[in-house]
Amino acid sequence: MKNKPSSKFYNGISAPYALWCVLFIVAPLIIVLYYALTNSDGNFTLDNIKHLSMYGDTIARSIYFGLIATVICLFISYPLAYFISKTKASTQSVLIMMVMVPMWMNFLLRTYAIMVLFEDTGIINNILNALGISPVHLINTSGAVIFGMVYNYLPFMILPLYTAMTKLDYRLIEAARDLGANGFQTVKDVMIPLTKSGIISGITMVFVPSVSTFYISQKLGGGKYTLIGDIIEMQFQTAYNYNLGASISMLLMILILICLAVMNKFGEDQTEGGVVV
Amino acid sequence: MEKTELIVKEAANAAGKTIIKLKDIKVAFDGEQILKDLNLEIKDGEFVTLLGPSGCGKTTTLRIIAGFLEPDSGEVIFEDKCINGVPAHQRQVNTIFQRYALFPHLNVYDNIAFGLRLKKMPEAEIKQKVEEMLSIVDLKGFNRRRVESLSGGQQQRVAIARALAVDPRVLLLDEPLGALDLKLRKDMQVELKNIQQRLGITFIYVTHDQEEALSMSDKIVVMDHGEIQHIGTPEDIYNEPANAFVADFIGESNILDGIMKKDFKVEFSGHVFDCVDKGFNENELVDVVIRPEDVDVCEPENGMISGTVTSVIFKGVHYEIIVDVKGFKWMIQSTDIQYEGDEIGILIKPDEIHIMKKSKYSGMFGDYSSFSDEMDYISDASAVFSETDDIDE
Repeated sequence: MKNKPSSKFYNGISAPYALWCVLFIVAPLIIVLYYALTNSDGNFTLDNIKHLSMYGDTIARSIYFGLIATVICLFISYPLAYFISKTKASTQSVLIMMVMVPMWMNFLLRTYAIMVLFEDTGIINNILNALGISPVHLINTSGAVIFGMVYNYLPFMILPLYTAMTKLDYRLIEAARDLGANGFQTVKDVMIPLTKSGIISGITMVFVPSVSTFYISQKLGGGKYTLIGDIIEMQFQTAYNYNLGASISMLLMILILICLAVMNKFGEDQTEGGVVV
Repeated sequence: MEKTELIVKEAANAAGKTIIKLKDIKVAFDGEQILKDLNLEIKDGEFVTLLGPSGCGKTTTLRIIAGFLEPDSGEVIFEDKCINGVPAHQRQVNTIFQRYALFPHLNVYDNIAFGLRLKKMPEAEIKQKVEEMLSIVDLKGFNRRRVESLSGGQQQRVAIARALAVDPRVLLLDEPLGALDLKLRKDMQVELKNIQQRLGITFIYVTHDQEEALSMSDKIVVMDHGEIQHIGTPEDIYNEPANAFVADFIGESNILDGIMKKDFKVEFSGHVFDCVDKGFNENELVDVVIRPEDVDVCEPENGMISGTVTSVIFKGVHYEIIVDVKGFKWMIQSTDIQYEGDEIGILIKPDEIHIMKKSKYSGMFGDYSSFSDEMDYISDASAVFSETDDIDE
């Protein structure tokens, strides 16, 4: 910054945010760290960290489910976002609105709605029954949990992809076709590299909440597929073991940071910004 | 002797072979007819320019040849084979786009190599080919540069190299020089023409710049409202325009109403002139075109017709003089200065008068009260604004 007075001005207007950061981001982090490294008496201990090994399965399952949900979201959203970006401007706003409408509904309510649909005597099975088709078991399966994640977080994948697609110069696609690229090659060599910022944002915005989600697995998985978020909730709400809860939270945070670092590594060689982290 | 004759004949055949033929092409967007029964034949190795104002259908024609657009009806024929429905990536034509459309995520080398890699060419051959292309477009040593770091002219060269690398039979150029400044544009015109002659590839060039068209083309196709108005060499188009539209669009011209008295005699501006045209009916109404540089100025009493100078503009090479002859404002280009308000005489030689049949464009292009149609349009309060968006741009 060349201008001293204006830098003072910028300091001034950023003060509220700095205060917010300290109060609600830095301070809680320190508190979580404190709890993670102490026992219930407030003495320093590494027991909480050692106990984490008990949850290896849960952590692996959370990451696995999160990955599957993210991949499914990506495969649904990519062509959809392209399709939306190619429609007329007025149609685009209607379609994007429709993508966002479910987000206006409460998250818990949406999860309950899926339950009602999926139950053994739920809406889907009732319809199948009426059609004379034997009922299918949907609720309390890993598929139902992943469906819940996909359903809840899909808009977070579509929106950044759609934004990236609208910035995509259609002539570049024509240029690729013109130089001999078939449809698949055009997508692989031109579209994907040019929409990478959107892909990375979308993956981040779906993967992070999917990994740390709770409640979905309790309601749709019947408690059989406990995820890391559920364990944290349990420690704070049921077991009242704040220290263990804090250490699991720390672990989750570190895992997510590692994932983001890997993602950003992929996005590094591109010049255009737009990576939402 | 016979053998050489045969070879010469074959060479002539090869040069004159039709490479692309458009037959009765019709295209409509939203009910508006963009191309009306377009018929066009392009010979192998020709430099053909599609020339016309924006919205005339020239870019649409190019996109049909490229395979980006399917005509509603009609046939696209490439070397005697109908290629309707053949997708763009399987056609032996390549396009240079208006604003280059270089891949921003690739450097210069990878941009040029793009089409070659799709052909699964070995990397060593690709390297050789890219180097060759870079030397053709005079960009040696630019391999690793990012395309955004290049100037407009350099980007244009990369686009040319990228399209030429895949050895197209026909190169389509969609106003490729439109974004460059005037001097660079002139240099690039010469360069493009040289590349075309050196490689012997058919160029189909789209522009609205008549000067560009005249200086580069073997053949010019003048289009308006989805119809071809005139096909011919630059000299034909300039000297013998088919109708008032062509005469007005290419260069400056005084277009007057005339009456063909009999063969070699035409009356306009109240005087009967000798001319070199014949074959019209007696007393047929015609359009008469006289180019401003073909008018000679003399003393009023010696002139075939005479008028008053209303404006004089110095243009460097010549003066542009507007002369009012009985209410019709002539444009005359002369190296001798005249002064506003002076009475001058006008002389026109017979071979400098060009007679055209009346067409739907007759009367649309007036005199030089103003220089552009748009000026007439703006100053005419009763004009209804019904211009449609340019699909071309």
